[in-house]
Amino acid sequence: MKTFDYTIKDKLGIHARPAGLLVKKAGALTSSITISKDKKVVDAKRIFGIMGLSVKCGETITMTIEGEDEDEDAEALEDFMKETW
Amino acid sequence: MIIIKGTGVFGGIAFGKLAFYKRMENAVKRRKIDDVSAEINRFEKAKEMAILQLRNLYNKAFYEAGEAQAQIFEAHQMMLDDGDYCESIVNIVTTRQANAEYAVALTAGNFSKIFLEMEDAYMRERAADVRDISKRLINALAGGNQQGMHFVEPVILAADDLTPSETVQLDKEKILSFVTIGGSINSHTAILSRMMNIPAVIGAGDSLRAEYDGKEAIVDGFTGTVYVEPDANTIGRLRKKANAHAKKKNLLERLRGQENITLDGKKIDVFANISSVTDVAIALEHDAGGIGLFRSEFLYLQKKDYPCEEDQYKAYKLVAENMRGRKVIIRTLDIGADKQIDYFNLPIEENPALGYRAIRICLDRTYVFKTQLRAIYRASAFGNIAVMFPMIISMDEIKEIKDIVETVKSELDAGGIAYSKEVETGIMIETPAAVMISDMLAKEVDFFSVGTNDLTQYTLAIDRQNRKLDRFYDSHHPAVLRMLKTVADNAHKEGKWVGICGELGADLALTEFFLAIGIDELSVSPAYVLPLREKIRGIDLSANK
Repeated sequence: MKTFDYTIKDKLGIHARPAGLLVKKAGALTSSITISKDKKVVDAKRIFGIMGLSVKCGETITMTIEGEDEDEDAEALEDFMKETW
Repeated sequence: MIIIKGTGVFGGIAFGKLAFYKRMENAVKRRKIDDVSAEINRFEKAKEMAILQLRNLYNKAFYEAGEAQAQIFEAHQMMLDDGDYCESIVNIVTTRQANAEYAVALTAGNFSKIFLEMEDAYMRERAADVRDISKRLINALAGGNQQGMHFVEPVILAADDLTPSETVQLDKEKILSFVTIGGSINSHTAILSRMMNIPAVIGAGDSLRAEYDGKEAIVDGFTGTVYVEPDANTIGRLRKKANAHAKKKNLLERLRGQENITLDGKKIDVFANISSVTDVAIALEHDAGGIGLFRSEFLYLQKKDYPCEEDQYKAYKLVAENMRGRKVIIRTLDIGADKQIDYFNLPIEENPALGYRAIRICLDRTYVFKTQLRAIYRASAFGNIAVMFPMIISMDEIKEIKDIVETVKSELDAGGIAYSKEVETGIMIETPAAVMISDMLAKEVDFFSVGTNDLTQYTLAIDRQNRKLDRFYDSHHPAVLRMLKTVADNAHKEGKWVGICGELGADLALTEFFLAIGIDELSVSPAYVLPLREKIRGIDLSANK
């Protein structure tokens, strides 16, 4: 299991469209991926869950990656987060 | 009589009954089902159909309204496919032996409630997305694409504001006019009304009330006024105005086949802007003298991967043939900024309008560019094709483009493939940089076409989509008008011609100015060709000298 924290820098936070991007990215990876914020945990492959977190600029989320390819997937995801937000 | 004021979007007058757009009106009844797995299967099929519809809507909206408007349909596809959402539906079907429609409606209620309870205003709005996708799903379960309202007689459609998915699916034959509470001059409803040539009043505010549903009304698109239950006086006055307008329309019909010539004998070309092969019919119907801007993006938008040379060639050839020798100016691929295509895998940019777009992508990915150029040159053997390049800022770019064009031509020569030796090459003038060096650029190309939308946006530093900036935005800003004069002068000094293919070209208040500075061609939406011709034929430039 791999985890990393990420602080959202985009001033709009993770809204509908960016949530879609994240779902797309997570969906393409084989690991199971969860996002948590304030003890709330959601599946990163489900758009409503992510939108429901209502992540805003400056807030920190924790991503947990679990699976056979967790090392590569975690890296890919972290790169994606940095590029996108 | 109640008088409601808003912003008029398209001139014209409509008489009819007001019909308020109703959402989620189909009451869903709960039924007990016996075969749970068959019901789940039915839901899966409906979901597939709904996602397919959304994919089509995305494409349709992309052409009609641009990427920003289309994006939402992509998010909707994901919401429909969302694990939590689907599980909830399947659960309800299974545990309660309920029909899929009921399960969807119940799920929609629960999910939208979650959003409605959020503190963030933007997230509260997402409840509307949940309702939108659920309604689509329920309609798909009913076996078809029954979105939108169906009217027996034509109506004036009233709404708070119409979403892209709603406007795209309206039965357009039954709509006399649009009236909306919200919306800006660039909203989807406004764009649609201009395209349909029907009057619309937007931003009418809260004075437009749902209780007026079914009442007689008159919409005056010239003044942006809606009269609900008009008195006899008003009816008479507006009938007269409508008749005068109809007469004018007839007059326009008579202008068909006439020359675009001023009273003192100055001629100008009036061409049409098109976005697809089928638009050619509309351009011809409005008697356009040529195609001044053929947006080639549509070929790329419809695909899941880069369109092949053969497909592009066929499309360009068809347009050239249908225009029968009239000029067809094909603009090479202009994506990026507000137009995105998945398979291009463009990076997300902080400032896309100033980013990786148009010619910048083409000069980077020369394989894409060369394929398009080969297709254009091959098609040039079948008509009067010209090619132009978007978003130019430097002489270096022109050199690079020319080198690539020469390579393409010599490859065609080597393969013994026919193409016209007289294909004109031009550039779009969309950046202040291009204006400032237009004297140099004019030496290198056959023509200029000014894209006034981007040029104005870049000159005034105003984002056209941002409604808050409407009051700062001046489409007649002297900075832009002076640029046009500079560009025209520099083109003419080198014996080149210059056109305008942005929205400003259709602005009748500027037609005289365009003629006076010697603009050679105006390319406008097909519906503006004849009004523009009438305007030109009434101008006498010698009178002002």
